[in-house]
Amino acid sequence: MSGHSTQENRHIIPARTYIAVGVGLLLLTAVTVGVSFIHLEGWNAIAAVGIASVKALLVALIFMHLLYDKKIFLVIFSTAILFLGIFLALTMFDILSRGEIYPEYEKTIEKNAVMYKKAEPAPAAEPVEDSTSDVQ
Amino acid sequence: MSSGNSNGHPAHLAHHFSDAAQQSESAKIGMWIFLLTEILLFAGLFVAYAVYRSANTEMFYNAHKHLDIHLGTLNTIVLITSSLTMALAIRSIQLNDRKKSIKLLAATFALAAVFLIVKYFEYSHKFDLGQLPGKFYTYTGIEGSNPHIFFSVYFMMTGLHGIHVIAGMIAISWVMRKTIQGKLSSEYYTPMELTGLYWHLVDMIWIFLFPLLYLIG
Amino acid sequence: MNKIPEVNYLNASRGIRSWLFTLDHKRIGLLYLFSIMAAFALGGIFAILIRLELLGPGKDIMEARTYNQIFTLHGAVMIFLFIIPSIPAAMGNFILPQMIGAKDVAFPRLNLLSWWIYIFGAVFAVISMSTGSVDTGWTFYTPYSTTTSTSVVAMTLGVFILGFSSIFTGLNFIVTIHKMRAPGQTWFKLPLFVWGLYATAIIQVLATPVLGITVLLLILERVAGIGIFDPAMGGDPVLFQHFFWFYSHPAVYIMILPGMGIISELISAFSQKRIFGYKAIAFSSLAIAFISFLVWGHHMFVSGQSQLASAIFSFLTFLVGIPSGIKIFNWLATLYKGKIRFDTPMLYALSFLFLFTIGGLTGMFLGTLATDVHLHDTYFVVAHFHYVMVGGTVMAFFGGLHYWWPKFWGRMYNELWAKISIAFTFVGFNITFLSQFVLGAKGMPRRYYSYLDKFQPLHDLSSFGSWIMAIGFFIMAVYLIHAVFKGRPAGDNPWGALTFEWETTSPPPKENFIETPTLTHGPYDYDKIVPERTI
Ligand code: HEM
Ligand SMILES: [Cu+2]
Repeated sequence: MSGHSTQENRHIIPARTYIAVGVGLLLLTAVTVGVSFIHLEGWNAIAAVGIASVKALLVALIFMHLLYDKKIFLVIFSTAILFLGIFLALTMFDILSRGEIYPEYEKTIEKNAVMYKKAEPAPAAEPVEDSTSDVQ
Repeated sequence: MSSGNSNGHPAHLAHHFSDAAQQSESAKIGMWIFLLTEILLFAGLFVAYAVYRSANTEMFYNAHKHLDIHLGTLNTIVLITSSLTMALAIRSIQLNDRKKSIKLLAATFALAAVFLIVKYFEYSHKFDLGQLPGKFYTYTGIEGSNPHIFFSVYFMMTGLHGIHVIAGMIAISWVMRKTIQGKLSSEYYTPMELTGLYWHLVDMIWIFLFPLLYLIG
Repeated sequence: MNKIPEVNYLNASRGIRSWLFTLDHKRIGLLYLFSIMAAFALGGIFAILIRLELLGPGKDIMEARTYNQIFTLHGAVMIFLFIIPSIPAAMGNFILPQMIGAKDVAFPRLNLLSWWIYIFGAVFAVISMSTGSVDTGWTFYTPYSTTTSTSVVAMTLGVFILGFSSIFTGLNFIVTIHKMRAPGQTWFKLPLFVWGLYATAIIQVLATPVLGITVLLLILERVAGIGIFDPAMGGDPVLFQHFFWFYSHPAVYIMILPGMGIISELISAFSQKRIFGYKAIAFSSLAIAFISFLVWGHHMFVSGQSQLASAIFSFLTFLVGIPSGIKIFNWLATLYKGKIRFDTPMLYALSFLFLFTIGGLTGMFLGTLATDVHLHDTYFVVAHFHYVMVGGTVMAFFGGLHYWWPKFWGRMYNELWAKISIAFTFVGFNITFLSQFVLGAKGMPRRYYSYLDKFQPLHDLSSFGSWIMAIGFFIMAVYLIHAVFKGRPAGDNPWGALTFEWETTSPPPKENFIETPTLTHGPYDYDKIVPERTI
């Protein structure tokens, strides 16, 4: 065994490409930091995740060779992202739509945790205190 | 179990594979599946993040201002650069340039260490202020509901990521050793390739953690 | 007269170390087999204790709290230590490489590691048992699990570790199926058991990490009070259920898919007929694997989950019925006009068809939003999942065990005792759990150690059934162990089946085949060749 047939499918990417991608990633970092200082309401989050996704894609396709390698690796990676998406989407769907059909269930919930109660002028004390009583 | 050259097999070829291509491709599929499990491990934390951010929007905005954006950006630059050096290290071994490969691996390792040191300073600052997760939270300067949850999420995400950085450093030093011993070459560099994949994933996760935690606009 | 081959994997090397540190997938399979059977016995003892306590209302043999601990242990041991690793890690390990004509799995060391991790995880479970064991139910729901004084941490740490074992097995199998197939064995010439294992492995690697992070967060919640599942700290306990079921619903398909794979093998082999709808069965496994990730909310209909989400989860749940139905109909079509032989494995396969159908259909009742509001957390649910897990998976598991027992050891068990045993098991099982459907529909809630007087007759019937079932399993243990030492030699192909594992000797040599086999026929070509039965 010598020479060929050792590491399959070897594709050597020029150093220039790697460096270009690296510089691109740094630039995108600058962009995302910059954008975060501009007030865009809900769009800030979308911009942040969008830019991060582009960066991640660059890392996956070039640094991790997904663009050049066997397609099976790309399939595995996409599967992971897809199922992460399913997990996130269906859970958030529940969280965001609670109380939608029967709005009367959407009572105001005491949002702040019991542990912050101490400072406020005593509302009817609840018997849940013990697990948090050591906290000020 | 690769006792070697009995029937013309190279030393790194295990007996139950028929050739090296089959072996290295198996290893890579295995590694990618492992990365998939890592992504789904972090998925839980991303979901938790989304749930609690949506429940305490205002607090998340206020709390994130207490993270140091300079250090966060610095660490992003550090990790991205380390990913680049890792990729170049693999390229060098593909070209059989062992010396250069070792240097680049060393650089990657050093950058990873820098990342952890910066993280250490961030953490200890938060410890001093009492910006701690859950019931240990004692800081009082953040408006909005349940600021301790922000720090629970912050410490869980960066903590789990930090553990992965440490694991990555162990893997990098392991392949560095192998390269120095001359066990890796353009003929066979699977261990380095797998370590590289892992390291890029660690980088990729940070690419998301950074804007989600430091840049809530 | 058949002879046992002189050199085989059982006697290739000797000594306890040659077993505990073996890299041979067959020996690792057997190590797993012994471990899961021990877990099955332990879980079985807990089951009998549960049924004893329920003989009468009020306290019979244990306190309420002890009862809670016992049913938790029963569930946790049966699920995490027995049924999840059962078919893949024990039988799949042994058979999969042979079915695809490989010398071993792709990563033998990882394979061994996964067994050691399993043992390590089991140790934590045992530690939990001996330090005031958990009383939360196997589901570990918050906020109770974060407040109870029992040893939740040890048990969940065990579950966390066991998860790695499951992930490594899945990872190993996927790579093995992709890269280790013999020359000529294309994807559509794979036996359907392999397809089943493949779909299972996909679920294992996708879902198990989420279980890992779930129990990790639960542990952090308990020891560090991070507050994300604690309503008193602004956390959302229902979020825990999302996390838990994102794993655990797909996990029920980790349990059943390999069983379905075994059933495909058995039905075809004992009907001596080409399997009907090969591709439909293969793809329905993948479809089930995919859909199983979309339906987890059907466990949360009354948890406070949004009604809109519940309605959508309910709808998606019905989609699972389609690929499951496809399989059932294809098996029935295979039986049709087949030369059916009623050997013991086939009896298990037929039991599976019967019982799994009941289990699956009652799943549909539960998936219906409106009915589930009534049936949730009643014995109806208990009966449902025992019909799918025992009637389905365990029947398939024992079917496979009887089918491959002669391959494992080269020796045959006593057919008469085997038939007596399955008669007991089948009858006992139905007495035990049919009565629970009725109990549940009448409103008997699950996880209570006491009940209203009017439920006593049915509870007693159920307990009576559990004894009959136990007798069946006991008989099985005796004749199977007897066969290992005293059974008559079975020959290479006792059933006249066509898949690859029957072309090597029984028991096989160390690397499965003397030389790399090439595929000359498909796994179900009974219309072209009818192999001799060697027994
Ligand atoms: C035919 C497809 C199936 C459907 C539509 C289905 C549906 C359901 C539903 C809706 C529940 C929740 C009931 C409730 O808590 O109110 C449930 C519970 C359960 N199912 Fe199924 N199921 C199916 C197949 C299976 C299979 C194949 C298994 C295992 C091998 C299984 C195991 C379980 C278990 C263990 C539970 C109870 C979990 C617990 O709360 O402890 N199911 N099923
Ligand atoms: Cu389910």
